[in-house]
Amino acid sequence: MDNQSSSNSDAEIIRLDNAQKIYEMGKQQVRALAGVNVSFERGSFWAIMGPSGSGKSTMMNILGCLDRLTSGRYFLEGQDVSSINDDGLSELRLRHLGFIFQSFNLIPQLTVQRNIELPLYYLGWDARQSAERAQSLAYRVGLEGRLGHRPTELSGGQMQRVAIARALANDPDIIFADEPTGNLDTATGEQILKVLDELSEHGKTIIMVTHEKNVAAHARQQLHMLDGLIERIDGDY
Amino acid sequence: MHQLRVVRNIWSGIENLLLHKLRSLLTMLGIVFGVGSVVAMLSVGEGASKEALDQIRKLGSNNIIVSSVKAVEDEASTTVHSHMSIYGLTYEDYARIAESFSTITEAVPVKLMRKESRLGERSMELRVVGTTPAWFELVPRPTIAGRVLVAEDQQGQSAVAVLTEFGARKILATEHTIGEFIRIGIDVFKVVGIVQSEGGQAGNIQIPDQEVDVYIPMDVARKYFGDVVTRRTTGSRERELVELHQIMVEVDDAENVESTAHAIEQMLERFHKKKDYEISVPLALLRQAEATKRRFNIVLGSIAGISLLVGGIGIMNIMLATVTERTREIGIRRAIGAKRNQIISQFLIETSVLSTIGGLIGIGFGVLVPVVITHFAGMPTVITPESILLPLFISAGVGLIFGLYPAMRAAKVDPIVALRHE
Repeated sequence: MDNQSSSNSDAEIIRLDNAQKIYEMGKQQVRALAGVNVSFERGSFWAIMGPSGSGKSTMMNILGCLDRLTSGRYFLEGQDVSSINDDGLSELRLRHLGFIFQSFNLIPQLTVQRNIELPLYYLGWDARQSAERAQSLAYRVGLEGRLGHRPTELSGGQMQRVAIARALANDPDIIFADEPTGNLDTATGEQILKVLDELSEHGKTIIMVTHEKNVAAHARQQLHMLDGLIERIDGDY
Repeated sequence: MHQLRVVRNIWSGIENLLLHKLRSLLTMLGIVFGVGSVVAMLSVGEGASKEALDQIRKLGSNNIIVSSVKAVEDEASTTVHSHMSIYGLTYEDYARIAESFSTITEAVPVKLMRKESRLGERSMELRVVGTTPAWFELVPRPTIAGRVLVAEDQQGQSAVAVLTEFGARKILATEHTIGEFIRIGIDVFKVVGIVQSEGGQAGNIQIPDQEVDVYIPMDVARKYFGDVVTRRTTGSRERELVELHQIMVEVDDAENVESTAHAIEQMLERFHKKKDYEISVPLALLRQAEATKRRFNIVLGSIAGISLLVGGIGIMNIMLATVTERTREIGIRRAIGAKRNQIISQFLIETSVLSTIGGLIGIGFGVLVPVVITHFAGMPTVITPESILLPLFISAGVGLIFGLYPAMRAAKVDPIVALRHE
């Protein structure tokens, strides 16, 4: 599966060159990524699929700059981020990436508004600008009127909308969604996926991890992983 | 921008504390009592030492006071009927001290006796102080009315008297009394002035200026009342011959006080067979009192340090638990893009807010306690700005020091693990 590694156009936003991630589990070595070569285009909508232990979570952590490769290279927007330090990775996540999680991962003691504002806080925005942005994002995901609520007062679907608004706050280049519908009923899940579809139509690059085929169907490309390698890629790749 | 973040961090710190009111209160308790006891102890200690130091300072830090005392073997023999004890400082001692030392700028002889006095209808026992005008230079007393003794009184051997505020009030003397006559013993003196009184005891030095003092010129006292004092007690009569009760000496420089006191002692030793005198150096007492105060402060500081240490450990304990409890929150913040240092500063600020609020509450307690003590026990207490600011800074510092370890633990949290943490 190394036929994509040579492409290096302006449209390319992510490229992995022989990416390996090896965990030491006692005496055993686990090759979570066993030399992956892949490249994603700007504005694409990917689903990463595979059984548990296939390396899809590791893939997500690496692409999301939450973890570093053991060997190989990772280019994000043409920049080699393989050997960047912890603060550098934080900075990349802060400026270029947004995250949506299965369990929403909102901070319970903060209001909806403050949760949405969180990335802006670390970006150093002032309170007034942050509040304005939080309001417009809440409107965009259909949460107007909920800004003063705490996450515990919201339904699952609403919580995921807050998470999406938060992921959009820093106007990221790539949105990572880790099983975004995993904790939601089908109808609510569909609504959330619709929001992701809209974001994709507006040109955001989306990388979604899921094991559900009908969820993955929302993505234009499906990347199937097995044993730390890409098994196959479906869709209009 | 960074300052703004600190302010917002402080606010969110306060919000977090309000979220767990009981826990925050319990966490702060150690600091509250630590700081409270420091403030209270400092103010009580400060009050006690201020009183002592003030009284010693009133004696003049450049002064040496030589007093007559009955020697021990003399005391034993007073049981003998009609015995006359002769002891104490003499006029010759005074002349020798005044002339022999270049470091002495002023020497004042003092004669003390108790005499029944009468002003108009009122009569009471006053302490008569025979002295020279220089007395009022050594022991400055604000004049309330009239004047103090002057050189002319001394030269003319005028029968004039200066009353002291408290004594004057008791005998119903006012500023209108100036120029009137007061009967002291069997002699009549003209009242020329009233000075403020500064009564009380300091250490073992009797302040010469007692509340009911009446000052008359030295030579007049000697001429009118002589040197023999007769005291009647049940069944016996005591007669004492004391020429001078005190010699007050002023030294040119504080550095020379102790050497001069030593030289005076050596001189007196040569002329007195018995040790019927005592030399007090207010400066030495002052130093001693200050040393005592320092020692007291060290003890206080240690107690305070221990209690703040205990408080700090309490805070650290809770903050470590908080970090574990909020692992997921830390993971979320890290995933969003918070750097390790930002996590550290968030937790450090929260801990400092906690300990500083604890410190403020403690100061509230600590200020209240001395007020209660003063009100009910009548003990003097002094709250100085330092005794409030110092504990406040220390409590904030305790937050920083004991918050550092939990904050670093928080920063080490791996976002990947933390996001899966339940």
